[in-house]
Amino acid sequence: MNLVTLADFAHARAGDKGNILSIAVLPLDPAHYPWLLRELTCERVAEQFATRQPSKVHRYELPNLHALNFVLEDALEGGVNLSCGLDRHGKSLSYLLLSLRLPRPQD
Amino acid sequence: MTKTILVGCGAGFANDRPDAALRLAQDLAQRNGQRYIMLELLAERTLAEAQLRRGLDPQAGYASRLFDFLEPMLDVCIEAGIPIITNGGAANPKAAAQRLRATLAGRYPTLKIACVLGDDLLEETPPRLEQWLPQDLADVVSVNVYTGADGIHTALQEGAGIVLCGRVADPSLAVGAIRHGLGWAADDWQKMAIATATGHLLECCTQVTGGYFAHPGIKEIPAPANLGCPIAEIYEDGRLIIGKTQGSGGRVSEQTVKEQLLYEVHDPRRYLTPDVVLDLGQARVHDLGDDRVEVSGLLGHPRPDTLKGLAGVRGLWFGEAEISYAGPGAVARAALAREILLQRFDRLAPGVQPWIDLSGVASLFNDHSGRYLQQRLALAPALDDVRVRVGLTHTDQAMVQTLLAEVESLYTNGPAGGGGVRRHLAEAVTTRSFLLPRSEIHTTLEWY
Repeated sequence: MNLVTLADFAHARAGDKGNILSIAVLPLDPAHYPWLLRELTCERVAEQFATRQPSKVHRYELPNLHALNFVLEDALEGGVNLSCGLDRHGKSLSYLLLSLRLPRPQD
Repeated sequence: MTKTILVGCGAGFANDRPDAALRLAQDLAQRNGQRYIMLELLAERTLAEAQLRRGLDPQAGYASRLFDFLEPMLDVCIEAGIPIITNGGAANPKAAAQRLRATLAGRYPTLKIACVLGDDLLEETPPRLEQWLPQDLADVVSVNVYTGADGIHTALQEGAGIVLCGRVADPSLAVGAIRHGLGWAADDWQKMAIATATGHLLECCTQVTGGYFAHPGIKEIPAPANLGCPIAEIYEDGRLIIGKTQGSGGRVSEQTVKEQLLYEVHDPRRYLTPDVVLDLGQARVHDLGDDRVEVSGLLGHPRPDTLKGLAGVRGLWFGEAEISYAGPGAVARAALAREILLQRFDRLAPGVQPWIDLSGVASLFNDHSGRYLQQRLALAPALDDVRVRVGLTHTDQAMVQTLLAEVESLYTNGPAGGGGVRRHLAEAVTTRSFLLPRSEIHTTLEWY
């Protein structure tokens, strides 16, 4: 299958609240929003973050903004309070999502 | 003509850039109409840390860089009639006000400084509130409630030139200003949604003007070393436009605004703040050119009956230690160092699991159990400069110290060619959140 890296078609920003990670994902070209909606499912995101073992993955759709907002519960290894990791806020994790490989959009 | 006000934000966190804040003030001073500057200087744990400083020195406990931001801009703002609103009072707004009063006394004896109080439950916890606080906490250093815009609004109504708050919800810094400038009612949920979205877009300062954004080749940002602070134009009829300091670097685009609009948001149709439940479900952005983006379609629902509080607790120690391996076989030697450390830790402190990264192979995306690291190692990465990093937290400071020394002991006991050990140990303040009824919290003003 013809796969692409999400970072070449979308941009994203990560945020944290306690042990909850949120990531907004937006297509670089708004015309790719339906593609993102189809391909970037909760299941795919959960699989991409499997090593972080999120207890729940939610997806919120914002059609006017052409954006998807993902919320991953318990994905921050304790978060800024308790994590022993280097990136306790999870600020870099938008790029773990953007490393996802997805079927190429049909332009 | 429709009335317009301007709200600029000069800081998005405690260690933001004072020079950018000064350029914001200088720009706003040249513009017309009612203008305000907000400075957001607190993070979740900052306030607990400020409370610890206050414990050592009763005159400390406000944001440690508050005066680095305030002092350069005071003349500009006061002479142009631009009120400054900040949460940089942190754990001790009164001490900040006293120092500010002393700084200003000779020059601006009539300028009114307001402290918004009432968020700090450590100062005075009426017995009726205790039922709402977390019960099982030892060694509490701070208990604060995220208050809304009411205190700020009242302070501005009564003529404050500078408003010093402690814990207040970040967007409320703007909401108080907007309610004052445009006379919007606190229970006009539609208008409070616009004001809160404004505050939300401004509160991280340059994160809406090109910070936390650039990706060479994909998302370019001009003059990224000179990002401009954001300026919101808010119109009486509810129109909202985000711009930035004239002549600054950075960019305000649909992309930067969308990323920040959703930043740290969970359900976008129910973003809870003390002033309103903000609904971004119908939000739209429209690029007007020249680094100005209009935001519309913001909806509001009645504010929650509860307020969020945070308790800061001490007693946990956070340690880190690192050592590097470079050249041929760097990954294998670093992986061996990790194996040695795991065995040593298991012997010295059974049950204490360290976090171990091999930077270059896996660090930012790694996890405490090393699942991600194992996946990456299985790909046999060809790297020739790898840094082993150990992270530990425990209540036993001496034990953390002992385990960190094990990393340094790799100099003589570890794989060949290990160099560059650094160690760091500090007390960590952790926070616990709680909810309590809004009706229990009353903010008050003190004037200086």
